[in-house]
Amino acid sequence: MSEWWSVVETARRIADGEVTAFRVVEDMLVRITRVDRDLGAYLEIDGDGARTAANEIDRKRKAGEKLGPLAGVPIALKDNLVTKGIVTTAGSKILAGWVPPYEGTAVEKLRAAGAVILGKTNLDEFGMGSSTERSAFKKTKNPWDSSRVPGGSSGGSAAAVAAGLCAASLGTDTGGSIRQPAAFSGVVGIKPTYGRVSRWGVVAFASSLDQVGPLARTVGDAALILQTICGHDPRDATSLDVPVPDFSAALAAGARGLRVGLPKEYFAGELEEHVRAALDRTIAALRDQGAEIVEVSLPHTHLALPAYYIVAPAEASSNLARYDGIRYGLRVEAPDLLTQYSKTRGAGFGPEVKRRIMLGTYALRSGYYDAYYKKAQQIRTLIKRDFDAAFESCDVLLTPTTPTTAFRFGAKATPLDMYLADVFTLSCNLAGLPGMSVPCGLTPEGLPVGAQLLGKPLDEVTLLRAGAAIEAAVGLGDRRPGGFA
Amino acid sequence: MSRSVPQMLEDWEPVIGLEVHVQLATRTKAFSPSAVHFGEPPNSLTDPLVLGMPGTLPVFNKLALELALKLGVATSSKIRARSRFARKQYFYPDLPKGYQISQYDEPLCEHGHLDVLVGTTVKRVRLTRIHLEEDAGKNTHVGAVSHVDLNRAGVPLVEVVSEPELSSAEEAAEFMRSLHRLVRWLEISEADMEKGQLRCDANVSVRLRGEDRLGQRTELKNINSFRFVQNAVEHEIARQLRIVDDGGRIERETRLWDADAGQSAPMRSKEEANDYRYFPDPDLPPLVVDGSTMGTILHALPELPLPRFERYQTAGIARDDARTLISDRAMADYFDAACLAHPAGHAGHGGRTIANWMLTELLGALNTDGKDIRESPMAAETLSALVVLVEDGTISGKIGKEIFAESYKTGEAPLAIIDRRDVRQISDEPALWEIIDNVVKASPKQAEAYAAGKDGLFGFFVGAVMKATNSRANPVMTTDLLKKRLGR
Repeated sequence: MSEWWSVVETARRIADGEVTAFRVVEDMLVRITRVDRDLGAYLEIDGDGARTAANEIDRKRKAGEKLGPLAGVPIALKDNLVTKGIVTTAGSKILAGWVPPYEGTAVEKLRAAGAVILGKTNLDEFGMGSSTERSAFKKTKNPWDSSRVPGGSSGGSAAAVAAGLCAASLGTDTGGSIRQPAAFSGVVGIKPTYGRVSRWGVVAFASSLDQVGPLARTVGDAALILQTICGHDPRDATSLDVPVPDFSAALAAGARGLRVGLPKEYFAGELEEHVRAALDRTIAALRDQGAEIVEVSLPHTHLALPAYYIVAPAEASSNLARYDGIRYGLRVEAPDLLTQYSKTRGAGFGPEVKRRIMLGTYALRSGYYDAYYKKAQQIRTLIKRDFDAAFESCDVLLTPTTPTTAFRFGAKATPLDMYLADVFTLSCNLAGLPGMSVPCGLTPEGLPVGAQLLGKPLDEVTLLRAGAAIEAAVGLGDRRPGGFA
Repeated sequence: MSRSVPQMLEDWEPVIGLEVHVQLATRTKAFSPSAVHFGEPPNSLTDPLVLGMPGTLPVFNKLALELALKLGVATSSKIRARSRFARKQYFYPDLPKGYQISQYDEPLCEHGHLDVLVGTTVKRVRLTRIHLEEDAGKNTHVGAVSHVDLNRAGVPLVEVVSEPELSSAEEAAEFMRSLHRLVRWLEISEADMEKGQLRCDANVSVRLRGEDRLGQRTELKNINSFRFVQNAVEHEIARQLRIVDDGGRIERETRLWDADAGQSAPMRSKEEANDYRYFPDPDLPPLVVDGSTMGTILHALPELPLPRFERYQTAGIARDDARTLISDRAMADYFDAACLAHPAGHAGHGGRTIANWMLTELLGALNTDGKDIRESPMAAETLSALVVLVEDGTISGKIGKEIFAESYKTGEAPLAIIDRRDVRQISDEPALWEIIDNVVKASPKQAEAYAAGKDGLFGFFVGAVMKATNSRANPVMTTDLLKKRLGR
C-alpha cells in the first residue's frame, strides 16, 4: 500500500517509474476521504491542486526532465503555513476563508523539490494549545486511541502522518507544538534551530520562538524534509545565513562514542510510570550501542514555563493586533470603529487566544516592561547558559518529550494544566536550540511515548544521528495505530 | 480685561520643542519591496507586508539607514552602533499591522544639534534624538464612509526630536526651515511639505521667566507648512498665556491645528492617551552600524549650509546674498562652480560680482521661466566668463546684461555673441578721443554752456558719445576724456 510508504521510498518508486505520482496521490486522497471524516486531521483538502502537481511530476518524468528529491511525495501542511490560493485559517474563525495571495518560503521549497501538497491540517487556534482542542473548527483524534487528543498545536499534522494520510507533514513549534504532538501520536518531529527555516509565510504566534519543522514516520524521512526546507531567506531578517549540512549523511553513524546528557531536572518531577520506563529502556539501549551516558543539570529549568508565558503571549498580543476586520478575514460591522474592532475580535478569537492576548497586553503595559518581558528575556539568557554549560560535557541531551502519554479529550480542565503539558519542550524554544521527538516505544495500553533530543545550536546532525539510533533500538518499527491502519 | 501678549511675555517665557517627521527618499518602502511615490491611485503601492497580511515579515531597507546616518552625522549626533527597532502599538485603520515599527529606548541618533539662523544670529538647538520608523497610511472620511489608502504605509521616516529650547513661534518656524534646508541639502528627502514629506508636531508650554521647571505642555499636531508652524505655535502660546496669566492651569492634551480656521481644537486628553506597549520588534535583529558604513557616510558628507554661509561672508559676500546662496545646495554649488572658473575665485571682487549677477540676472530669468537653479540653461562657467568679460572691460555692464539675456536664451557663448554683434567696448584712448572730439564739435552751443558752468550738460555729452558708439564706449574712460576735452 503506497499510503504507508516512507518519503524516501515514495520518491524512489516514482522516480524509478514503478508507480505514477498521480496514482500515489489519488490513493492518498481516497484514503483521506475514507479515514479523515472520523479522524479530523485535515481542515482543507486541495485535491485538484494535488492532482495537477502529481500530473506535472509524471509528465516531467516521462519527458526525462530532472525530478526533485521529493518528486510526487504527498505532504500535508499545518494550516498556519501560508499557501498561495489555498485557504489558510490558522485554526481561527477570524481568518476563516482567507485565501493568501502569496506562498510561504517552506512551502515554496517543498513544491520546488517536487512535493505534492495535499492540504492543510488542523491546529490549536494560532498554535495556542497542546491538544488541538482549541481549533475553532474541529477536533482531531489521536490515531492510537480515538478518545485521546493527538497533542498540539500541530495535532492535525501529527495525526495525518501517524494515520497514513500523508507521507510527511510540516508543523510549527513555538513551545513544543511539533515535538509534543509527535510524541503523543508516535511520529518523529523536529524543531530546527531558530533561524534555520524561514518564517516568511508562517502565521506568527510568538516571533522569537516560532520555527517550522517536519513530522514524519521515520527519522530518515524527517531528515529529508528538513533538508528541503532549511536555508537562508532574505525575506526573513531572523533567518540564519549559514551552510545547511547533509542531514542524512550521519543517520547510520550509530550511537557509539556519543555523549548523551540526561538533565536531572527532567527526570525528577512527576513522570508517568510508562513514560519513565520507556525512557529507561531508551537510555539502556543507547548505552548498549556504545553511547556514554552522563548526568547534567539545567538549573533554571523551573523558570522556563513562567518565562515562556510572558514572552509568548506578549509577542502574540502584538502579532495578533492585525486581525482587525479592516483588510481581510472576519469583520463584524458596527456603527463606530471601536465597536467594530471589539465585536470583530470578540467574535473572531477563541477563549484561549483572548486569554493570551490579555496576558501579553498586560505584560507589555507601560511601566511593566522591565518587570515582565525584559525579566523573561533575561531568564532566556540564563536558560541558554544552562544549555551551553551542559553541552560542555555532552553532545546531545535526552529527556522525555512529555510527562505523560496522550491524554483524553477534556482532561486538561484549567489553562495551567494544559500549559504544563509542554513543560519539557519550552526551554528549547526559549534557548533557540534544535529539538526532536522520536518514538521510543508503546505503553502496555498501546500509547506511544516520545524521547526528546536537544542539541547544540545548528547541530541537527547529531540530533538525527541519536534519533536514528533510538529509532533502530526502541522505535515503533512496523507497528501502526490499530484504528486507522 | 486681560493683558496683551507682549505684556504677558514680559513675565512669561514660551518653551517649544518640535518633533519633525521627514520621509526618506528611498525608492522602496522601509521594510518591503513596494515602491514609494506620491500621488498614485489609492492602494496601488502595496504588497502583503504593507497590507499587514499574516505570515509577512519586515526586512529593513539599508538605504534608509544610510540616509538617516547622513542626518545624524550632519547634526553631530552620537550614532548608536547597535540600535533597535521597537513596536509602537495602537489600533487604527491606517496602521495595518496594529503596530508601527519605530525605535524607542535605543534610537539610532542622540545628542545632536541643529544650527538655526534666527535674525542675525545662529542659535544652536539641541536634538534629543533622531530615530527611524515607518509611516502610516492615510484615512479619509467621506460622509459616513471612511477610506484607507496604504500607499504611504511603510514609507521610511526619520523623526527628529528637538530639546524644548525654542522660545518663540519665529524660532520654531526657523528651526523647520533650517531642517528643511538641511535634509534637502543632504539629499535624504524632497521634504515637500505639501506632499507630507516633512511634518511637524510641536510641544508648547509657558513658564514664569527665571523658572527652571517646564510648564505643563500641550502637543500640537497637523502643522504642515512653515507658515502654519509659526501661526499654530503663536496661537497656542497666546492661548496658554491667557490661561496662566489669569491664574489658570494648562491641561495636558493633544490639540489639532486647523489651518483654515486659524485655531486649534482638543484632540485627546491625557486620560485618553494610548499606552503604546513598546517592546523590541522580535522580527528584526539589532540595527548595526559598522565602521565602514560610517566611513562611507563621513567621506561623502558635503560641506553643510552654515559653514558655507560663514565661508561666503568671510569671502566678502553680503550677508543677505550669502543667505540666499545657501538656501539650496544646488544654488551654492552653482555659485562655487562659477567662482572656481573665475581667475579671482571667491575672494574680493570675483565672488561679490558673481553673486550679484547670479542673484539678479540669473535668478530673475529663472524665476520668469519658473525654473529651478538645477534647470538653469546657463552653465556656471558661462556666467563666470561673462562676468570676467565685464570686469576686464571687454564689454560694458549694460551690454553684459544684453549678452546675458541672449546667451541664457540661445545657449551661445558670450564671447561669440559679442563678436557677432560687434559690441566690444571701445577702450582705445586715441579712438575714443576722436569720437569725443567729433561729438563736442557737433554741439558747440552746449560745449559753451557747459564751460560757462552748466554742469547738468555733462550727461548730455555722455549720452551723445554712447549714441555715437552704439553704447560701446568705455564709460569710465568716456568720463575722463570728456572732462579733458570740455576743459573741466
